[in-house]
Amino acid sequence: MNGVPHIQVTDLTYRYEPDAPKALDTINLSVPRGQFVAILGHNGSGKSTLAKLLNGLFLPTEGTVHISGMDTRDDDKIWDIRRTAGMVFQNPDNQLVATEVYDDVAFGLENIGVPPDDMPPRIDEALALTGMSEFKNRAPHLLSGGQKQRVAIAGILAMHPEALILDEATAMLDPQGRKEVLQTVRRLNEEQGITVVWITHFMEEATHAQRVLVMDHGQIAMDGSPREIFAQVDRLRDLRLDVPPMTQLARLLKERDIDIAPDVLNVEELVKEVKRLCPLCLKN
Amino acid sequence: MRDITLGQYYPVDSPIHRLDPRTKIILIFLYIIAVFLVPNLLMYIPVAAYLMLAAWLAKLPFSMLLRSLKPMRILLIITFVLNLFFASGTQKLLQIGGFVLWQEGLLTALTFSLRLILLVTGSSILTLTTAPVTLTDGLERLASPLKVIKFPAHEMAMMMTIALRFIPTLIEEADKIMKAQTARGADFETGNLMARARAMIPLLVPLFISAFRRAGDLAMAMEARCYRGGEGRTRLHKLAYTKRDVLAFLSILLLYAIILLPRML
Repeated sequence: MNGVPHIQVTDLTYRYEPDAPKALDTINLSVPRGQFVAILGHNGSGKSTLAKLLNGLFLPTEGTVHISGMDTRDDDKIWDIRRTAGMVFQNPDNQLVATEVYDDVAFGLENIGVPPDDMPPRIDEALALTGMSEFKNRAPHLLSGGQKQRVAIAGILAMHPEALILDEATAMLDPQGRKEVLQTVRRLNEEQGITVVWITHFMEEATHAQRVLVMDHGQIAMDGSPREIFAQVDRLRDLRLDVPPMTQLARLLKERDIDIAPDVLNVEELVKEVKRLCPLCLKN
Repeated sequence: MRDITLGQYYPVDSPIHRLDPRTKIILIFLYIIAVFLVPNLLMYIPVAAYLMLAAWLAKLPFSMLLRSLKPMRILLIITFVLNLFFASGTQKLLQIGGFVLWQEGLLTALTFSLRLILLVTGSSILTLTTAPVTLTDGLERLASPLKVIKFPAHEMAMMMTIALRFIPTLIEEADKIMKAQTARGADFETGNLMARARAMIPLLVPLFISAFRRAGDLAMAMEARCYRGGEGRTRLHKLAYTKRDVLAFLSILLLYAIILLPRML
């Protein structure tokens, strides 16, 4: 299985209806195992549609999608694909099924027919990985948005997936919740080697990815490292996207003749630059 | 509005709580039949004693049982009064003006009211000692032999679970919409019944639309988590009968014996 790209999309075109315009237009994409990819794009650019094609919720109109070498159009493989490429959705309320966190994490395991005695260790492990162990008997409606999303992630982790697809999983969360979810997913990517496809419209979040894709009109408009992508401010503006706030700030400082690196991506990097410019400005 | 507990589950640990939900459901059915089989007023004593024993074993405070009767109080009074005055018989007990109180009337009134009280408190012991989800599990297992005749046992249980999961969410949402509409001048509290019913429309329409949207989202999320109906599905919670369940079944047999044997002899 090594050597085969984890996610392989070939000439993918998708229409919602036979005579509707193309929601996705001849997409080619190859994601190696363990990569953290962020997909950006304004509303209607096709990024959510692409996510739903990656685990077989939608099937290609033309072209193919392969996950670990399995074709999503293959009826016999569809459940393996969905188990392998777990998906977290936007609305934290509308993806939890059971009345208790613990039972909800078990839901996926029940669906794939895991023997009951094997479930508790897998559930406990998934809850520990997402930091939700202490909430295991809580009812979902008593959790915060960020906690609900972490339960959703735990529900997928219990199924031992190889890839996580997060379709604007932070869009409805407060800043604290966004941070919790992003940190959880980054840790899973680094420690467990899980491939991550992170769909978002928050530029700041995309700075933490290894690779950024920008979508526009159903096509991949830009593909590169966060630093390459966010350096192209004018191109991004054409695609109706902003640069991350810290990059914006660094550019404005640069325009005022301050000797700061213009390709700062996030707060951590900006702090480093400020420390370099003015060692006494910041404590520690 | 935040902490909504569903149903009336009374969470303590007791032998009755730990009974298999299937046992409890079957027992309640048998108990209800027993209540209807009681031949005379005197024989309500063992039935009531059985009920009290169950409540005591379940560590339920007496007030919890009384509370379950509260919604029934008007029906109880009507049942009692109607049977008291509209029955006719042979033994006059009391006469006030045109009203005659017959002995038979008093007996039927007592019988019917007692029957009602025993039925309601009996079934409330089931809901007080069984968490809704466990109850759903039990119903699913009990109904699963009916799958042979295409009865959707698993689907029914799944719908009940989802309903239990989403009732608090929808109540919260209704509360939010209501506040939003009130802020814009909607009036939910005054006016006659018709006016108040009409005022509910701007609450119900958005609530329904959002419920349908949620249903669509949830269906997709369930599919993404490999849900494909009851076939090939395993369950986290195993149900197993224990010695305790056998004892429970024996106890109801004993109750039947007490009620029915005198009649047989």
